[in-house]
Amino acid sequence: MRVIAGVALLVGVLGLGACGGSGDVRSGGAGVEDRSAGAGAGAGVGSTGGSGTGGVAGQGSFSGHALDDPSSPLSKRRLHFAYDSYEIDSRYQGIAESHGRYLASHPSAAVTLEGHADERGSREYNIALGERRAYAVQQVMLAAGASPRQLTIVSYGEEKPLANCASDDCWWENRRVEIVYTAR
Amino acid sequence: MAAQARAELSIEITQGQQRALPIAIVPFSPETPAAPVALHQVIADDLQRSGWFEVLDPARLVSRPGPEDAIDFREWRLLNQEALVVGRRAPAADGSHTVAYALFDVTRDERLLGQRYGGVASGELRRLGHHIADQIFERLTGIRGVFNTRIAYVIKSGEQYELQVADADGHNAVTVLRAQEPVLSPTWSADGEYLAYATFDGHQAVIYRQHVASGARKRLVRQPGINGAPAFSPEGGRLALTLSRDGNPEIYVLDIGSGALRRLTHHYAIDTEPAWSPDGRWIYFTSDRGGGPQIYRVATQGGSLSRMTWEGGYNARASVSPDGKQLAFVHGGKGYRIAVLDLESEQMRIVTDGPQNESPSFAPNGRMIIYTTRSGGRDVLATVSLDGDVRQRLVVSDRQVREPSWSPFSNLR
Repeated sequence: MRVIAGVALLVGVLGLGACGGSGDVRSGGAGVEDRSAGAGAGAGVGSTGGSGTGGVAGQGSFSGHALDDPSSPLSKRRLHFAYDSYEIDSRYQGIAESHGRYLASHPSAAVTLEGHADERGSREYNIALGERRAYAVQQVMLAAGASPRQLTIVSYGEEKPLANCASDDCWWENRRVEIVYTAR
Repeated sequence: MAAQARAELSIEITQGQQRALPIAIVPFSPETPAAPVALHQVIADDLQRSGWFEVLDPARLVSRPGPEDAIDFREWRLLNQEALVVGRRAPAADGSHTVAYALFDVTRDERLLGQRYGGVASGELRRLGHHIADQIFERLTGIRGVFNTRIAYVIKSGEQYELQVADADGHNAVTVLRAQEPVLSPTWSADGEYLAYATFDGHQAVIYRQHVASGARKRLVRQPGINGAPAFSPEGGRLALTLSRDGNPEIYVLDIGSGALRRLTHHYAIDTEPAWSPDGRWIYFTSDRGGGPQIYRVATQGGSLSRMTWEGGYNARASVSPDGKQLAFVHGGKGYRIAVLDLESEQMRIVTDGPQNESPSFAPNGRMIIYTTRSGGRDVLATVSLDGDVRQRLVVSDRQVREPSWSPFSNLR
């Protein structure tokens, strides 16, 4: 128990789950995500109970739901985007695919993809930009095997920022798609 | 002379006209007992805020004539005044008021305007003050005044949203909607009776129309995907809007009575933020079909579609002037600023300083634009005159104020 708690704490410090500053997510996240993407893919598919195979990466076993396994890409629900863009960065492609595969193997699971934009420029255009981003994520999930009826899209544009911003580091935080499970 | 703080909005002047017309406004007699509304103050504040006038400090008044008194024009010329307003307000037995005023041209010793109003209720005195200010403004500038108009705007406080309607001077702010979900793009109907706005019902975007006086509202559209950017047609029976139900954001026109939808754009790019020309023949909109957002227009009947903006890589959110000859919009580049395009000359000029200005809306006399700007980390409202010389900022103390929409002229004239 203690070992697992220690590992979880270490993982948290490395920026998984992204509640901290944008610097952590951007610079620290990429490395950690790459490493666990391999392990996570194994842990995610076909393990509704979510345990055991996390040991592949030497991170101990996780005995909760696959969606909550901090070493799995399924625990990552937030994908970020470049300015005025709705292209999915390679950093996040794997995360979207993992969720797509999860949905494919859990037909009763459902997800709402929330699209967001940073606050600059025109409000309704930003609603459209947010939707484009959510669509891009949807396409990856469909290609990974999710069914259209499992996916709902809503865009909030710039209306629900994570942070109140004045700089590009911060605006990047707000340019995102949130993956919200409405059924697991 | 800054206006006093109000319950919701306080107004600060940030820049004024190069050469404002000096005008003296005498407190309406009798000064005691004090009236429920100091009419001379309402008029003075309106004229001063317009930037076109410099109102004489009341401490410098040498005499206080009423509308029936003889005017010693030389005395006012010695004070360097060019115009003079005097008035009287008398209570009637039934609790209403009789109001009379007169406007004089001090340079030519001439009475320009005068009017008497009977049976004015106490609750109507402010509006009468704005009406008198409009009359004076129009007589001296040739431009129709907007002091008797209203503004609608959205206030965000934490996760709470309010749609408010206030007088153009910030008084009498009324909350017409409270919501836990975002409220966007409030817009007035041409008769000033309704507001349409976009919001969310259970994580689904929707558009409502609300009757301002009664608060009664009706959901007009709830299609899959985006439902946003509503704009009433000039004749009132239709609503232009953005829907993405067919796969990507497009401009549609809704017949409000029948609910029928007609699609106007057919392009895989983002098409949004429609705005009607005053003759109803054109709809201007934002599209990024050329790479980045630019302003285009399409014939309301369908067909003829052309691009309007060519300077810079970001032009969005058009507002059409009441005479149809100019567009105001958000222009990106050095930050986001409001620009105005003259449709005849095709000349564009930037009228604000940024760094983050958005949501421009023309005043109904076409001479001013209200918009949102960021100041001290907050969204606040500001206005600018078309030539950029006159600016005022409307500040709410601790909340975000955005998305202003200037009402049409009120029906009372």
